[in-house]
Formats: sequence, C-alpha cells, structure tokens
Amino acid sequence: MPITVRYFASLKESMGRDRDTVAASEVSTVGDVWSWVSGGSTLPANTLAAVNMEYVEADHPVRDDDEVAFFPPVTGG
Amino acid sequence: MTVEVRTEPFDPWQAVARYQVGVLGQAGKYGATGVFVGTMRDFNEGEGVRAMTLEHYPGMTERHLEKISQEAAARWDILDSLIIHRSGTMQPNDPIVLVAVWSAHRGAALEACRFLIEELKSRAPFWKKEALSGGERWVTHSTSG
Repeated sequence: MPITVRYFASLKESMGRDRDTVAASEVSTVGDVWSWVSGGSTLPANTLAAVNMEYVEADHPVRDDDEVAFFPPVTGG
Repeated sequence: MTVEVRTEPFDPWQAVARYQVGVLGQAGKYGATGVFVGTMRDFNEGEGVRAMTLEHYPGMTERHLEKISQEAAARWDILDSLIIHRSGTMQPNDPIVLVAVWSAHRGAALEACRFLIEELKSRAPFWKKEALSGGERWVTHSTSG
C-alpha cells in the first residue's frame, strides 16, 4: 500500500487538495514526502508534520501504509 | 476519563452536571471540580467576527486529548476528567471547549484543568477560520491567555 499524505486547514487550501498518495519506494523520510508533493521544497518551519497521528520531525522515517499529515500551527481551544 | 469532539452546539454546564451524576460514580469522594469553558467571542484582532468554523484531524484529535488526559492523571491526584470540544460552524457566544477535572482537593483540580487547556491549545490538531464582514481568514496563532 502506498503512503497516504493528508493536508489540513490553510495548507489544504493552498495545496488545492486534501490528500495525495506516494509510493514508499520514492521516499524515506517525512521531509522526502514533503519534497515529493511540493515539487522539491524543504518542509517550512511553520508547517507541522504527523505520521500515523503522532507528531514527528522531518527526519522521521516513513514506510508502506503510513499516513503522513502536514498542517499549520494549531489554534483550538 | 472522557474526551469528545462534537459537531453540534452543547451546554457545558449541563455536560458537567450530567457527567457527575451519570458517569463519575464518585459521589462523596470528590471535593473539588475545576472547570474551564471557552466561548466564542464576536471580536478578534480588532475586527468583528460573525461566525467561526473549526476544522480538526479526526482520530489524531481524540488520541491527543486522551494522551494529555492520561498525563494529567499521572501527574495529579485526580478522580476523573472530561474534555468536550466543538468542531464545525459556530456563532458568537457558542461554547467551544469544556475541560472539567474532579479531585478530592482544589489544588489538583485547578492545576490539572489549567494543564489540560494549555496542552490542548498548543498541540491538539484544531484550526479556526473566522467569517468577518468582509470575508474569511484563518486564525494563525492563539492568544497568550
């Protein structure tokens, strides 16, 4: 199964879509996933990342079947 | 220990009363209830706000709220906690969030309540979008409290 990539809030709007899929063979870290979906950029400092619903940093490894999420700073409460 | 994300308006005071009667089952054991209720304002950053939409990350949100509830229970001597948070579209004066903590004494209830709302605000994956008279905008940061 490929990696599912999800976007939320303002990032979803700026990406123009709420998800992508990436073959695990193409990427090894969260930073690679961002580079793949964004056309080669590095993960911006104000963008948060999660793998399987846990916060991670850009160097976190990714595997088949993972759900990777990118989103802006949170504003709940 | 209960966490819940609701898409419909709710009454936090009724939720506290019902939880005490129906779920807590600790009558006579708790001497303190620490409660925080966050309510939607009709202004923010100097502008009038007509409505607000709360987006969240279903699954990760509940997992995060459960995690901080467990952290609070490990750190303070509390009997139970309840967190309810809205999602979807809301109007000024609608309750956004309820955090309630029960303990034998006030210190643990108040400190754990403060911990939970601050942890929720800094890490739970919710995002607010405000509807103003002239359009919409995403809220980019929380106020300092």
